[in-house]
Amino acid sequence: MVGAGDFACVTGHSGAGKTTALKLVPVIERPTSGSVVVNGQNVGALRRGAIPFLRRNLGLVFQDQKLLHDRSVFENVVLPLVVCGSAPAEAARRARAALDKVGLAGREKSMPIALSGGEQQRLCIARAVANRPSIMLADEPTSNLDPDAAAEVMAIFKAFHQVGVTIVVATHDAALVERFATRVIHLSHGRVIDARPETAGA
Amino acid sequence: MRAWLRHHAHSLGATVRRLARTPFASVLNALAIGVTLALPLGAWVLVVNLERLGGHLGADPQLSVFLETDATRADSARVEAALKGAHGVRSFRFVPKDEALAEMKRTQGLAEIAASLGSNPLPDAFIVALIPGDAVAAERLAAELRAVPKVAHVQLDAVWVKRLEAMLRLGGVGAGLLAGLLALGLVAVTFNTVRLQILTQRDEIEVSKLIGATDTYVRRPFFYQGTLVGLAGGLAAVALVAGTVGVVNGEVGRLAATYGSDFRLQLPEVSDLAAVLALSAVLGWCGAWLSVSKHLSEIQPR
Repeated sequence: MVGAGDFACVTGHSGAGKTTALKLVPVIERPTSGSVVVNGQNVGALRRGAIPFLRRNLGLVFQDQKLLHDRSVFENVVLPLVVCGSAPAEAARRARAALDKVGLAGREKSMPIALSGGEQQRLCIARAVANRPSIMLADEPTSNLDPDAAAEVMAIFKAFHQVGVTIVVATHDAALVERFATRVIHLSHGRVIDARPETAGA
Repeated sequence: MRAWLRHHAHSLGATVRRLARTPFASVLNALAIGVTLALPLGAWVLVVNLERLGGHLGADPQLSVFLETDATRADSARVEAALKGAHGVRSFRFVPKDEALAEMKRTQGLAEIAASLGSNPLPDAFIVALIPGDAVAAERLAAELRAVPKVAHVQLDAVWVKRLEAMLRLGGVGAGLLAGLLALGLVAVTFNTVRLQILTQRDEIEVSKLIGATDTYVRRPFFYQGTLVGLAGGLAAVALVAGTVGVVNGEVGRLAATYGSDFRLQLPEVSDLAAVLALSAVLGWCGAWLSVSKHLSEIQPR
């Protein structure tokens, strides 16, 4: 339903299934019926040991951010690179580049608690893009932000979209959808009730 | 391969840093395990040293046959004839009174006494080595020899050495059982330490899994932690036992000197101590493995 290079917004009221839909992609949850296909691969059928390697190619931004508050900004961003076994110098370079892209250059040594809500969300995005994923999934990334901070965050997603990253954002903010989405998927009670444009993707 | 080595280096470094961040708790933890391990290690050191002490004494049963001081060559020949035909005798040796006195003069602590004697008060004697394992035959032979004319005294030796051996075997078995029980204790302590660490790092584990960490990657620091905690406990145990031996050895030396001996407690060989350290590290790893197997699968990304 989402094509490569799309900026897709998944919309719907609370409890419609937006978060669940996003969790199916990195196999945080498995489908009870049907299938979830990412880059031609049925991820719902992946064996447990293969799931981490799928997740390394996905950039995940969570509604509750999931930052490590006992680690510095830099340590949070470098973590996915360490997990993937990047060489320390390369990991540091890419982490700094990611922080630079989200406007947090110079804040490497700060602790997440010292950042504003918008900055914390940008830190989440930096961590998500550090591994240069081809697909980014964001669950309500602007829900706790003021309009200006929300616009900044969405602009960052837009910038990554423009360099070819597929973006899937779950949101109920109609204005953001209208402004940024190239594709809209509307859910209700766990089912897709509307998809615009209707071209099928993968 | 490089990434794999980097993961190990990162996990080991992170574990060491984490332990160093809470030095007091880490040292107390190692000390708790050290005291636990020091008990069987100390018992083992004691048993090994007692075995060494007993080894000087010879454990084969032995008869000493002392003749009257006025016994003649003919009396000695009668005893010799009785021994040649006796059942259960492995070998025997005649010790004339002059040789016995010379031996006494060579013995530390007895030389002065021997020198002060006007005449030789020692009797001729036979030292009889018996075939081990037949206590009844040994007793019967002793009774027969007591009946030979001019035999003043027959002493069945080495019974106490046998008893010491039996006690050492019992001590060895006891130390082994104690070691087994306390090894379980070490595994339990490490299990709990790692469990607490897993709970402390719950968020980090969850995030790591979400960003692509494999189960092996997530488990590795806890294996290092268990191994390092076990190893630190082993080091503490060796240090405690070595310190105790050092403190006690002065008194042991003074006591041994009163018996004309230079006996001192000795620590096991370096290779044996290295084996103790390796074993404690392996036990720590086992505790970590059990804890990780039990608790880590309960933490799944939400």
